Amino acid sequence: MTDQAYNFAYLDEQTKRMIRRAILKGLAIPGYQVPFASREMPMPYGWGTGGVQVSAAVLTPDDTFKVIDQGADDTTNAVSIRTFFERTAGVATTTATADASVIQTRHRIPEDQLSEEQILVYQVPIPEPLRFLEPRESETRKMHSLEEYGLMHVKLYEDISCHGHIATSYAYPVRVEGRYVMDPSPIPKFDNPKMADMAAIQLFGAGREQRIYALPPYTKVVSLDFEDHPFEASKADHPCGMCGAEDSYLDELIVDDTGGRMFVCSDTDYCEARQAAGHKGKDAA
Amino acid sequence: MTPLLSVKGITKRYGAHIGCADVSFDLYPGEVMGIVGESGSGKSTLLNCMAGHLVPDAGQVVFDTRVAGPTDTVTMSEPERRMLSRTDWAFVHQHARDGLRMGVSAGGNVGERLMAVGERHYGDIRGKAADWLERVEIDAGRIDDRPTTFSGGMQQRLQIARNLVTGPRLVFMDEPTGGLDVSVQARLLDLVRGLVRDMGLSAIIVTHDLAVVRLLADRLMVMKSGHVIEAGLTDQVLDDPQHAYSQLLVSSVLQV
Ligand SMILES: Nc1ncnc2c1ncn2[C@@H]1O[C@H](COP(=O)(O)OP(=O)(O)O)[C@@H](O)[C@H]1O
Ligand SMILES: [Mg+2]
Repeated sequence: MTDQAYNFAYLDEQTKRMIRRAILKGLAIPGYQVPFASREMPMPYGWGTGGVQVSAAVLTPDDTFKVIDQGADDTTNAVSIRTFFERTAGVATTTATADASVIQTRHRIPEDQLSEEQILVYQVPIPEPLRFLEPRESETRKMHSLEEYGLMHVKLYEDISCHGHIATSYAYPVRVEGRYVMDPSPIPKFDNPKMADMAAIQLFGAGREQRIYALPPYTKVVSLDFEDHPFEASKADHPCGMCGAEDSYLDELIVDDTGGRMFVCSDTDYCEARQAAGHKGKDAA
Repeated sequence: MTPLLSVKGITKRYGAHIGCADVSFDLYPGEVMGIVGESGSGKSTLLNCMAGHLVPDAGQVVFDTRVAGPTDTVTMSEPERRMLSRTDWAFVHQHARDGLRMGVSAGGNVGERLMAVGERHYGDIRGKAADWLERVEIDAGRIDDRPTTFSGGMQQRLQIARNLVTGPRLVFMDEPTGGLDVSVQARLLDLVRGLVRDMGLSAIIVTHDLAVVRLLADRLMVMKSGHVIEAGLTDQVLDDPQHAYSQLLVSSVLQV
Protein backbone atom coordinates (compact mmCIF):
# COMPACT_ATOMS: atom_id res chain seq x y z
CA MET A 1 0.00 0.00 0.00
CA THR A 2 1.50 3.32 -0.99
CA ASP A 3 1.52 5.87 1.78
CA GLN A 4 -0.14 8.86 0.11
CA ALA A 5 1.63 11.39 2.34
CA TYR A 6 4.74 10.95 0.20
CA ASN A 7 5.59 11.45 -3.44
CA PHE A 8 6.41 8.21 -5.29
CA ALA A 9 9.59 6.76 -3.71
CA TYR A 10 9.61 9.48 -1.03
CA LEU A 11 11.70 12.12 -2.87
CA ASP A 12 10.01 14.94 -4.77
CA GLU A 13 10.22 14.93 -8.55
CA GLN A 14 12.68 17.82 -8.71
CA THR A 15 15.12 16.08 -6.39
CA LYS A 16 14.83 12.86 -8.35
CA ARG A 17 15.54 14.75 -11.57
CA MET A 18 18.64 16.27 -9.98
CA ILE A 19 19.82 12.81 -8.91
CA ARG A 20 19.08 11.35 -12.35
CA ARG A 21 21.19 14.07 -13.95
CA ALA A 22 24.07 13.09 -11.66
CA ILE A 23 23.53 9.43 -12.56
CA LEU A 24 23.53 10.20 -16.28
CA LYS A 25 26.70 12.21 -15.92
CA GLY A 26 28.23 9.33 -13.97
CA LEU A 27 27.28 6.88 -16.72
CA ALA A 28 28.77 9.18 -19.33
CA ILE A 29 32.09 9.38 -17.41
CA PRO A 30 32.50 5.89 -15.94
CA GLY A 31 34.18 5.89 -12.53
CA TYR A 32 34.08 9.69 -12.12
CA GLN A 33 32.63 10.91 -8.82
CA VAL A 34 29.76 13.30 -9.54
CA PRO A 35 28.81 15.65 -6.68
CA PHE A 36 25.12 15.81 -5.89
CA ALA A 37 22.99 17.57 -3.29
CA SER A 38 22.28 14.68 -0.95
CA ARG A 39 18.92 14.95 0.86
CA GLU A 40 18.04 14.08 4.41
CA MET A 41 16.43 10.67 4.41
CA PRO A 42 14.33 9.26 7.24
CA MET A 43 17.16 6.92 8.30
CA PRO A 44 20.72 7.35 9.59
CA TYR A 45 23.64 7.89 7.17
CA GLY A 46 25.25 4.55 7.98
CA TRP A 47 22.13 2.91 6.57
CA GLY A 48 22.94 3.65 2.99
CA THR A 49 21.13 6.90 2.35
CA GLY A 50 23.21 7.38 -0.81
CA GLY A 51 22.01 4.08 -2.21
CA VAL A 52 18.45 4.80 -1.12
CA GLN A 53 18.42 8.12 -2.97
CA VAL A 54 19.81 6.51 -6.12
CA SER A 55 17.21 3.72 -5.89
CA ALA A 56 14.46 6.31 -5.38
CA ALA A 57 15.58 8.13 -8.50
CA VAL A 58 15.62 5.05 -10.74
CA LEU A 59 12.60 3.09 -9.45
CA THR A 60 9.41 3.01 -11.52
CA PRO A 61 6.03 1.58 -10.43
CA ASP A 62 6.69 -1.53 -12.56
CA ASP A 63 9.97 -2.39 -10.90
CA THR A 64 10.66 -5.31 -8.60
CA PHE A 65 13.02 -4.35 -5.83
CA LYS A 66 15.53 -6.43 -3.86
CA VAL A 67 17.80 -5.34 -1.02
CA ILE A 68 20.84 -7.25 0.14
CA ASP A 69 23.04 -6.52 3.10
CA GLN A 70 26.26 -8.57 3.25
CA GLY A 71 24.55 -11.03 0.93
CA ALA A 72 21.42 -11.48 3.05
CA ASP A 73 17.90 -10.18 2.45
CA ASP A 74 16.78 -10.51 6.06
CA THR A 75 19.05 -8.21 8.09
CA THR A 76 17.43 -5.28 9.89
CA ASN A 77 19.02 -2.88 7.41
CA ALA A 78 17.86 -4.77 4.33
CA VAL A 79 14.35 -5.28 5.69
CA SER A 80 13.90 -1.64 6.61
CA ILE A 81 15.04 -0.34 3.21
CA ARG A 82 12.81 -2.87 1.44
CA THR A 83 9.87 -1.87 3.64
CA PHE A 84 10.63 1.79 3.02
CA PHE A 85 10.15 1.40 -0.73
CA GLU A 86 7.16 -0.92 -0.35
CA ARG A 87 5.53 1.85 1.66
CA THR A 88 6.65 4.93 -0.29
CA ALA A 89 6.70 3.53 -3.84
CA GLY A 90 4.38 0.55 -3.59
CA VAL A 91 6.79 -1.46 -5.73
CA ALA A 92 6.89 -5.24 -5.68
CA THR A 93 9.79 -6.69 -3.74
CA THR A 94 11.58 -9.98 -3.95
CA THR A 95 14.51 -11.87 -2.50
CA ALA A 96 15.18 -13.73 -5.75
CA THR A 97 18.03 -12.11 -7.65
CA ALA A 98 16.70 -13.22 -11.02
CA ASP A 99 13.26 -11.65 -10.37
CA ALA A 100 14.54 -8.23 -9.33
CA SER A 101 14.90 -5.31 -11.73
CA VAL A 102 16.57 -3.02 -9.19
CA ILE A 103 18.88 -4.44 -6.52
CA GLN A 104 20.27 -2.26 -3.77
CA THR A 105 23.29 -3.76 -2.07
CA ARG A 106 25.73 -3.28 0.75
CA HIS A 107 29.03 -5.21 0.74
CA ARG A 108 28.23 -7.83 -1.94
CA ILE A 109 27.48 -8.50 -5.59
CA PRO A 110 25.03 -11.37 -6.14
CA GLU A 111 26.55 -14.66 -7.29
CA ASP A 112 24.03 -15.01 -10.12
CA GLN A 113 25.03 -13.25 -13.29
CA LEU A 114 23.00 -10.07 -13.74
CA SER A 115 21.30 -9.12 -16.99
CA GLU A 116 20.81 -6.04 -19.13
CA GLU A 117 17.33 -5.65 -17.60
CA GLN A 118 18.78 -5.05 -14.13
CA ILE A 119 20.29 -2.17 -12.16
CA LEU A 120 22.62 -2.77 -9.23
CA VAL A 121 22.76 0.09 -6.69
CA TYR A 122 25.68 0.11 -4.24
CA GLN A 123 25.72 1.85 -0.87
CA VAL A 124 29.04 3.66 -0.52
CA PRO A 125 30.50 4.97 2.75
CA ILE A 126 33.73 6.56 1.40
CA PRO A 127 33.82 7.20 -2.34
CA GLU A 128 37.38 8.57 -2.56
CA PRO A 129 39.98 5.79 -3.01
CA LEU A 130 42.90 8.20 -2.58
CA ARG A 131 41.59 9.60 0.71
CA PHE A 132 43.65 7.60 3.20
CA LEU A 133 47.04 8.79 1.83
CA GLU A 134 45.96 12.22 0.66
CA PRO A 135 43.31 13.77 2.90
CA ARG A 136 43.09 17.06 0.94
CA GLU A 137 40.05 16.98 -1.34
CA SER A 138 41.53 19.71 -3.58
CA GLU A 139 44.58 17.52 -4.16
CA THR A 140 42.71 14.24 -4.77
CA ARG A 141 40.48 15.99 -7.29
CA LYS A 142 43.59 17.21 -9.11
CA MET A 143 45.10 13.71 -9.02
CA HIS A 144 41.98 12.30 -10.66
CA SER A 145 41.85 14.99 -13.30
CA LEU A 146 45.54 14.52 -14.16
CA GLU A 147 45.45 10.70 -13.78
CA GLU A 148 48.17 10.83 -11.13
CA TYR A 149 47.51 7.47 -9.52
CA GLY A 150 50.98 6.50 -8.27
CA LEU A 151 49.73 6.85 -4.70
CA MET A 152 47.30 3.94 -5.10
CA HIS A 153 50.24 1.69 -5.76
CA VAL A 154 52.12 3.14 -2.79
CA LYS A 155 49.27 1.79 -0.68
CA LEU A 156 49.56 -1.66 -2.27
CA TYR A 157 53.36 -1.49 -1.90
CA GLU A 158 52.97 -0.79 1.82
CA ASP A 159 50.57 -3.72 2.05
CA ILE A 160 53.07 -6.13 0.56
CA SER A 161 56.07 -4.82 2.49
CA CYS A 162 54.06 -5.16 5.68
CA HIS A 163 52.22 -8.46 5.12
CA GLY A 164 54.14 -10.17 2.32
CA HIS A 165 51.09 -9.94 0.06
CA ILE A 166 48.37 -7.44 -0.82
CA ALA A 167 46.33 -7.61 2.36
CA THR A 168 43.56 -5.28 1.17
CA SER A 169 40.56 -7.58 0.93
CA TYR A 170 37.60 -5.18 0.87
CA ALA A 171 37.08 -1.97 -1.12
CA TYR A 172 39.91 -3.08 -3.36
CA PRO A 173 40.63 -0.23 -5.83
CA VAL A 174 39.95 -0.60 -9.53
CA ARG A 175 40.77 1.31 -12.70
CA VAL A 176 37.76 1.97 -14.91
CA GLU A 177 38.19 1.93 -18.70
CA GLY A 178 41.87 2.77 -18.21
CA ARG A 179 40.88 6.15 -16.80
CA TYR A 180 39.43 6.76 -13.32
CA VAL A 181 40.54 4.89 -10.24
CA MET A 182 37.41 3.96 -8.30
CA ASP A 183 36.49 2.60 -4.89
CA PRO A 184 34.08 -0.31 -5.46
CA SER A 185 32.53 0.20 -1.98
CA PRO A 186 33.38 -2.35 0.71
CA ILE A 187 32.62 -5.46 -1.32
CA PRO A 188 35.10 -8.34 -0.88
CA LYS A 189 37.75 -8.37 -3.59
CA PHE A 190 36.28 -11.74 -4.59
CA ASP A 191 33.46 -9.70 -6.17
CA ASN A 192 35.74 -7.33 -8.12
CA PRO A 193 35.85 -9.40 -11.33
CA LYS A 194 32.03 -9.42 -11.44
CA MET A 195 32.02 -5.65 -11.92
CA ALA A 196 33.94 -5.99 -15.17
CA ASP A 197 31.88 -6.41 -18.31
CA MET A 198 28.68 -6.68 -16.29
CA ALA A 199 25.49 -6.56 -18.36
CA ALA A 200 23.60 -4.64 -15.69
CA ILE A 201 23.98 -0.93 -14.95
CA GLN A 202 25.97 -0.34 -11.74
CA LEU A 203 25.27 2.81 -9.73
CA PHE A 204 27.12 3.92 -6.60
CA GLY A 205 25.65 6.35 -4.08
CA ALA A 206 27.46 7.99 -1.15
CA GLY A 207 24.97 9.96 0.95
CA ARG A 208 27.11 11.61 3.61
CA GLU A 209 29.86 12.39 1.07
CA GLN A 210 27.34 13.52 -1.57
CA ARG A 211 28.83 11.63 -4.50
CA ILE A 212 27.38 9.41 -7.21
CA TYR A 213 29.39 7.35 -9.66
CA ALA A 214 28.50 4.69 -12.17
CA LEU A 215 29.53 1.90 -14.50
CA PRO A 216 27.53 1.52 -17.70
CA PRO A 217 26.96 -2.03 -18.98
CA TYR A 218 30.01 -3.90 -20.28
CA THR A 219 32.59 -1.55 -18.76
CA LYS A 220 36.24 -2.50 -18.45
CA VAL A 221 37.11 -2.69 -14.74
CA VAL A 222 40.60 -3.77 -13.69
CA SER A 223 41.79 -4.36 -10.13
CA LEU A 224 45.10 -2.63 -9.42
CA ASP A 225 48.10 -4.85 -8.72
CA PHE A 226 51.78 -5.48 -9.36
CA GLU A 227 53.18 -7.71 -12.10
CA ASP A 228 54.82 -9.92 -9.49
CA HIS A 229 51.87 -9.71 -7.06
CA PRO A 230 48.89 -10.14 -9.36
CA PHE A 231 45.35 -9.49 -8.14
CA GLU A 232 43.60 -12.57 -6.80
CA ALA A 233 39.84 -12.82 -6.22
CA SER A 234 40.32 -14.90 -3.10
CA LYS A 235 37.75 -16.58 -0.89
CA ALA A 236 37.76 -19.18 1.88
CA ASP A 237 39.04 -22.42 0.38
CA HIS A 238 35.97 -24.56 1.14
CA PRO A 239 32.71 -25.61 -0.48
CA CYS A 240 29.51 -24.20 1.04
CA GLY A 241 28.41 -26.40 3.94
CA MET A 242 24.74 -26.03 3.02
CA CYS A 243 24.62 -26.18 -0.79
CA GLY A 244 28.08 -27.48 -1.68
CA ALA A 245 28.84 -24.57 -4.04
CA GLU A 246 32.55 -24.23 -4.77
CA ASP A 247 32.36 -20.94 -6.61
CA SER A 248 30.58 -18.65 -4.17
CA TYR A 249 31.81 -16.25 -1.51
CA LEU A 250 31.53 -17.80 1.93
CA ASP A 251 30.86 -16.54 5.43
CA GLU A 252 32.43 -18.38 8.31
CA LEU A 253 29.92 -19.23 11.04
CA ILE A 254 30.64 -20.41 14.56
CA VAL A 255 28.05 -23.13 15.05
CA ASP A 256 28.51 -24.25 18.66
CA ASP A 257 30.28 -23.21 21.84
CA THR A 258 33.15 -25.68 21.32
CA GLY A 259 34.60 -23.70 18.40
CA GLY A 260 32.87 -25.70 15.69
CA ARG A 261 32.59 -23.71 12.48
CA MET A 262 31.11 -23.99 9.07
CA PHE A 263 31.31 -22.13 5.80
CA VAL A 264 28.15 -21.07 4.03
CA CYS A 265 27.33 -18.92 1.02
CA SER A 266 27.11 -15.25 1.93
CA ASP A 267 24.51 -14.86 -0.86
CA THR A 268 21.51 -16.48 0.86
CA ASP A 269 19.28 -16.37 -2.21
CA TYR A 270 21.91 -18.19 -4.26
CA CYS A 271 22.35 -20.81 -1.55
CA GLU A 272 18.64 -21.41 -1.02
CA ALA A 273 18.00 -21.74 -4.73
CA ARG A 274 20.75 -24.34 -4.99
CA GLN A 275 19.41 -26.29 -2.04
CA ALA A 276 15.90 -26.17 -3.53
CA ALA A 277 17.39 -27.62 -6.71
CA GLY A 278 18.73 -30.55 -4.71
CA HIS A 279 22.36 -29.52 -4.06
CA LYS A 280 23.56 -30.53 -0.64
CA GLY A 281 26.65 -29.55 1.35
CA LYS A 282 28.32 -31.67 4.03
CA ASP A 283 26.72 -29.70 6.89
CA ALA A 284 23.19 -29.73 5.48
CA ALA A 285 20.63 -31.44 7.66
CA MET B 1 75.39 24.15 -26.29
CA THR B 2 71.71 24.53 -25.37
CA PRO B 3 71.19 25.61 -21.76
CA LEU B 4 69.30 23.05 -19.68
CA LEU B 5 67.44 25.90 -18.04
CA SER B 6 67.11 29.43 -19.28
CA VAL B 7 65.51 31.88 -16.85
CA LYS B 8 64.37 35.14 -18.40
CA GLY B 9 63.12 38.18 -16.51
CA ILE B 10 61.44 36.31 -13.64
CA THR B 11 59.49 38.69 -11.40
CA LYS B 12 57.23 37.83 -8.49
CA ARG B 13 55.42 40.35 -6.31
CA TYR B 14 53.49 39.77 -3.13
CA GLY B 15 50.97 42.59 -3.47
CA ALA B 16 53.06 45.72 -3.69
CA HIS B 17 56.01 43.94 -2.10
CA ILE B 18 58.74 42.53 -4.35
CA GLY B 19 59.60 38.84 -3.93
CA CYS B 20 62.15 38.77 -6.74
CA ALA B 21 62.61 41.05 -9.71
CA ASP B 22 63.79 40.59 -13.28
CA VAL B 23 66.09 37.62 -12.70
CA SER B 24 67.74 36.08 -15.77
CA PHE B 25 70.44 33.42 -16.15
CA ASP B 26 71.32 30.26 -18.05
CA LEU B 27 72.17 26.93 -16.47
CA TYR B 28 74.11 24.45 -18.59
CA PRO B 29 73.98 20.66 -18.24
CA GLY B 30 76.10 19.43 -15.35
CA GLU B 31 76.35 22.87 -13.79
CA VAL B 32 75.56 23.75 -10.18
CA MET B 33 74.29 27.26 -9.53
CA GLY B 34 74.31 28.66 -6.02
CA ILE B 35 71.95 31.42 -4.95
CA VAL B 36 73.03 33.29 -1.83
CA GLY B 37 71.76 36.30 0.05
CA GLU B 38 70.47 37.22 3.46
CA SER B 39 67.13 36.06 4.76
CA GLY B 40 64.27 37.74 2.89
CA SER B 41 66.36 38.52 -0.20
CA GLY B 42 64.06 36.51 -2.46
CA LYS B 43 65.97 33.22 -2.89
CA SER B 44 63.09 30.89 -2.09
CA THR B 45 60.66 32.96 -4.11
CA LEU B 46 62.91 32.68 -7.15
CA LEU B 47 63.47 28.95 -6.63
CA ASN B 48 59.75 28.27 -6.26
CA CYS B 49 59.00 30.26 -9.41
CA MET B 50 61.53 28.17 -11.32
CA ALA B 51 60.23 24.88 -9.93
CA GLY B 52 56.61 25.69 -10.77
CA HIS B 53 55.42 26.01 -7.17
CA LEU B 54 54.74 29.72 -7.63
CA VAL B 55 53.44 31.45 -10.75
CA PRO B 56 55.69 34.41 -11.61
CA ASP B 57 54.08 37.72 -12.56
CA ALA B 58 56.46 38.02 -15.50
CA GLY B 59 59.20 36.08 -17.18
CA GLN B 60 59.96 32.67 -18.62
CA VAL B 61 61.53 29.50 -17.28
CA VAL B 62 62.64 27.63 -20.39
CA PHE B 63 63.62 24.01 -19.79
CA ASP B 64 65.23 21.80 -22.43
CA THR B 65 62.64 19.01 -22.37
CA ARG B 66 63.42 15.55 -23.70
CA VAL B 67 60.35 15.50 -25.88
CA ALA B 68 60.04 18.98 -27.33
CA GLY B 69 63.36 20.71 -26.63
CA PRO B 70 63.39 24.14 -24.94
CA THR B 71 59.88 24.88 -23.61
CA ASP B 72 58.60 27.62 -21.30
CA THR B 73 57.44 25.76 -18.22
CA VAL B 74 55.47 28.75 -16.92
CA THR B 75 53.02 28.57 -19.81
CA MET B 76 53.04 24.81 -20.43
CA SER B 77 49.95 22.89 -19.30
CA GLU B 78 49.72 21.85 -15.66
CA PRO B 79 49.79 18.10 -16.43
CA GLU B 80 53.01 18.60 -18.40
CA ARG B 81 54.56 20.63 -15.62
CA ARG B 82 53.55 18.13 -12.95
CA MET B 83 54.97 15.34 -15.08
CA LEU B 84 58.28 17.21 -15.32
CA SER B 85 58.39 17.68 -11.59
CA ARG B 86 58.21 13.95 -10.99
CA THR B 87 60.55 12.88 -13.76
CA ASP B 88 63.24 15.32 -14.89
CA TRP B 89 63.02 17.65 -11.91
CA ALA B 90 63.63 17.09 -8.25
CA PHE B 91 62.95 19.39 -5.31
CA VAL B 92 64.65 19.01 -1.96
CA HIS B 93 62.88 20.95 0.76
CA GLN B 94 64.61 22.50 3.75
CA HIS B 95 62.31 20.60 6.08
CA ALA B 96 62.31 16.90 5.24
CA ARG B 97 58.74 16.53 6.42
CA ASP B 98 57.61 18.85 3.62
CA GLY B 99 59.19 16.50 1.10
CA LEU B 100 58.42 13.10 2.64
CA ARG B 101 55.28 11.12 3.40
CA MET B 102 55.75 10.59 7.10
CA GLY B 103 53.10 7.86 7.29
CA VAL B 104 54.70 5.74 4.58
CA SER B 105 57.78 3.47 4.94
CA ALA B 106 61.20 4.58 3.67
CA GLY B 107 60.86 2.11 0.79
CA GLY B 108 57.42 3.45 -0.11
CA ASN B 109 58.75 7.00 -0.01
CA VAL B 110 61.55 6.18 -2.43
CA GLY B 111 59.31 3.99 -4.58
CA GLU B 112 56.53 6.56 -4.98
CA ARG B 113 58.11 8.37 -7.92
CA LEU B 114 58.79 5.06 -9.67
CA MET B 115 55.16 4.04 -9.27
CA ALA B 116 54.07 7.51 -10.35
CA VAL B 117 55.80 7.01 -13.67
CA GLY B 118 54.27 3.58 -14.15
CA GLU B 119 56.62 0.99 -12.62
CA ARG B 120 54.50 -2.00 -11.64
CA HIS B 121 56.96 -4.66 -10.51
CA TYR B 122 57.09 -4.77 -6.73
CA GLY B 123 60.41 -6.60 -6.60
CA ASP B 124 62.08 -4.11 -8.93
CA ILE B 125 60.68 -1.12 -7.08
CA ARG B 126 61.83 -2.52 -3.76
CA GLY B 127 65.24 -3.38 -5.17
CA LYS B 128 65.73 0.14 -6.48
CA ALA B 129 64.54 1.61 -3.19
CA ALA B 130 67.01 -0.53 -1.23
CA ASP B 131 69.75 0.44 -3.64
CA TRP B 132 69.00 4.13 -3.21
CA LEU B 133 68.88 3.88 0.55
CA GLU B 134 72.42 2.50 0.46
CA ARG B 135 73.51 5.23 -1.92
CA VAL B 136 72.43 7.86 0.59
CA GLU B 137 74.06 5.87 3.39
CA ILE B 138 70.90 4.54 5.02
CA ASP B 139 71.05 0.87 6.01
CA ALA B 140 68.76 -1.01 3.61
CA GLY B 141 67.51 -2.92 6.65
CA ARG B 142 65.55 0.25 7.52
CA ILE B 143 63.52 0.00 4.30
CA ASP B 144 60.25 -0.80 6.07
CA ASP B 145 60.69 1.81 8.83
CA ARG B 146 58.84 5.08 8.75
CA PRO B 147 60.77 8.34 8.44
CA THR B 148 59.43 9.38 11.84
CA THR B 149 61.94 6.93 13.34
CA PHE B 150 64.87 8.57 11.45
CA SER B 151 67.22 11.32 12.63
CA GLY B 152 67.07 14.74 10.92
CA GLY B 153 70.10 13.96 8.76
CA MET B 154 68.66 10.59 7.71
CA GLN B 155 65.32 12.16 6.84
CA GLN B 156 67.12 14.67 4.63
CA ARG B 157 69.07 11.87 2.92
CA LEU B 158 65.86 9.90 2.45
CA GLN B 159 64.31 12.95 0.83
CA ILE B 160 67.25 13.11 -1.56
CA ALA B 161 66.94 9.40 -2.42
CA ARG B 162 63.20 9.80 -3.02
CA ASN B 163 63.96 12.62 -5.44
CA LEU B 164 66.85 11.09 -7.33
CA VAL B 165 65.44 7.60 -7.87
CA THR B 166 63.89 8.53 -11.24
CA GLY B 167 67.17 9.98 -12.52
CA PRO B 168 66.16 13.64 -12.76
CA ARG B 169 68.30 16.07 -14.74
CA LEU B 170 67.71 19.15 -12.61
CA VAL B 171 67.58 19.36 -8.82
CA PHE B 172 66.24 22.35 -6.92
CA MET B 173 67.38 22.59 -3.31
CA ASP B 174 66.19 25.10 -0.76
CA GLU B 175 68.58 25.35 2.20
CA PRO B 176 69.22 21.57 2.15
CA THR B 177 71.49 21.73 5.20
CA GLY B 178 69.47 24.27 7.18
CA GLY B 179 68.55 23.11 10.65
CA LEU B 180 71.10 20.26 10.74
CA ASP B 181 74.06 19.97 13.14
CA VAL B 182 77.36 21.08 11.66
CA SER B 183 78.86 17.57 11.51
CA VAL B 184 75.66 16.24 9.92
CA GLN B 185 75.76 19.13 7.42
CA ALA B 186 79.28 18.21 6.34
CA ARG B 187 78.31 14.60 5.69
CA LEU B 188 75.23 15.63 3.72
CA LEU B 189 77.23 18.08 1.61
CA ASP B 190 79.80 15.39 0.81
CA LEU B 191 77.01 13.07 -0.20
CA VAL B 192 75.32 15.66 -2.42
CA ARG B 193 78.63 16.56 -4.02
CA GLY B 194 79.30 12.92 -4.83
CA LEU B 195 75.83 12.37 -6.29
CA VAL B 196 75.99 15.52 -8.39
CA ARG B 197 79.32 14.41 -9.79
CA ASP B 198 78.40 10.75 -10.35
CA MET B 199 75.04 11.44 -11.93
CA GLY B 200 76.14 14.51 -13.86
CA LEU B 201 73.28 16.43 -12.26
CA SER B 202 72.50 20.04 -12.79
CA ALA B 203 71.39 21.78 -9.64
CA ILE B 204 70.23 25.08 -8.24
CA ILE B 205 71.00 25.44 -4.56
CA VAL B 206 69.59 28.18 -2.41
CA THR B 207 71.45 28.86 0.80
CA HIS B 208 72.50 31.61 3.12
CA ASP B 209 75.59 29.57 3.99
CA LEU B 210 78.58 30.50 1.84
CA ALA B 211 80.43 27.34 2.87
CA VAL B 212 77.73 25.32 1.09
CA VAL B 213 78.16 27.13 -2.21
CA ARG B 214 81.96 27.12 -1.89
CA LEU B 215 81.78 23.32 -1.78
CA LEU B 216 79.03 22.65 -4.32
CA ALA B 217 78.46 25.51 -6.73
CA ASP B 218 80.26 26.22 -9.98
CA ARG B 219 78.62 29.59 -10.28
CA LEU B 220 77.00 31.98 -7.87
CA MET B 221 74.31 34.63 -7.84
CA VAL B 222 74.10 37.09 -4.98
CA MET B 223 70.60 38.41 -4.22
CA LYS B 224 69.53 41.46 -2.28
CA SER B 225 65.98 42.79 -1.94
CA GLY B 226 64.74 40.54 -4.72
CA HIS B 227 67.43 41.55 -7.22
CA VAL B 228 70.53 39.71 -8.42
CA ILE B 229 73.28 42.17 -7.69
CA GLU B 230 76.28 40.07 -8.64
CA ALA B 231 76.89 36.82 -10.50
CA GLY B 232 79.93 34.87 -11.61
CA LEU B 233 82.15 31.88 -10.97
CA THR B 234 81.96 30.87 -7.33
CA ASP B 235 85.63 31.37 -6.52
CA GLN B 236 85.67 34.67 -8.34
CA VAL B 237 82.69 36.09 -6.46
CA LEU B 238 83.81 34.76 -3.08
CA ASP B 239 87.46 35.77 -3.44
CA ASP B 240 86.99 39.05 -5.25
CA PRO B 241 83.45 40.37 -4.75
CA GLN B 242 82.72 43.49 -6.77
CA HIS B 243 79.50 44.76 -5.27
CA ALA B 244 79.71 46.45 -1.88
CA TYR B 245 76.94 44.20 -0.51
CA SER B 246 78.73 41.04 -1.71
CA GLN B 247 81.88 42.27 -0.03
CA LEU B 248 79.98 42.70 3.18
CA LEU B 249 78.38 39.27 2.87
CA VAL B 250 81.71 37.57 2.18
CA SER B 251 83.67 39.39 4.84
CA SER B 252 81.08 38.78 7.52
CA VAL B 253 81.25 35.09 6.83
CA LEU B 254 85.01 35.00 6.63
CA GLN B 255 85.23 36.57 10.07
CA VAL B 256 83.15 33.82 11.60
N1 LIG C 1 53.76 34.29 0.76
C1 LIG C 1 54.31 35.50 0.93
N2 LIG C 1 53.50 36.58 1.07
C2 LIG C 1 54.03 37.82 1.20
N3 LIG C 1 55.33 38.09 1.21
C3 LIG C 1 56.19 37.05 1.08
C4 LIG C 1 55.72 35.71 0.92
N4 LIG C 1 56.78 34.89 0.81
C5 LIG C 1 57.87 35.70 0.87
N5 LIG C 1 57.53 36.99 1.03
C6 LIG C 1 58.44 38.14 1.11
O1 LIG C 1 59.20 38.17 -0.07
C7 LIG C 1 60.55 38.45 0.21
C8 LIG C 1 61.44 37.31 -0.24
O2 LIG C 1 61.17 36.17 0.57
P1 LIG C 1 61.89 34.76 0.34
O3 LIG C 1 61.85 34.47 -1.11
O4 LIG C 1 61.29 33.80 1.26
O5 LIG C 1 63.38 35.10 0.76
P2 LIG C 1 64.57 34.14 1.22
O6 LIG C 1 64.26 32.75 0.76
O7 LIG C 1 65.75 34.72 0.55
O8 LIG C 1 64.66 34.24 2.69
C9 LIG C 1 60.62 38.70 1.72
O9 LIG C 1 60.51 40.08 1.92
C10 LIG C 1 59.43 37.98 2.25
O10 LIG C 1 58.94 38.60 3.42
MG1 LIG D 1 64.12 30.93 1.94
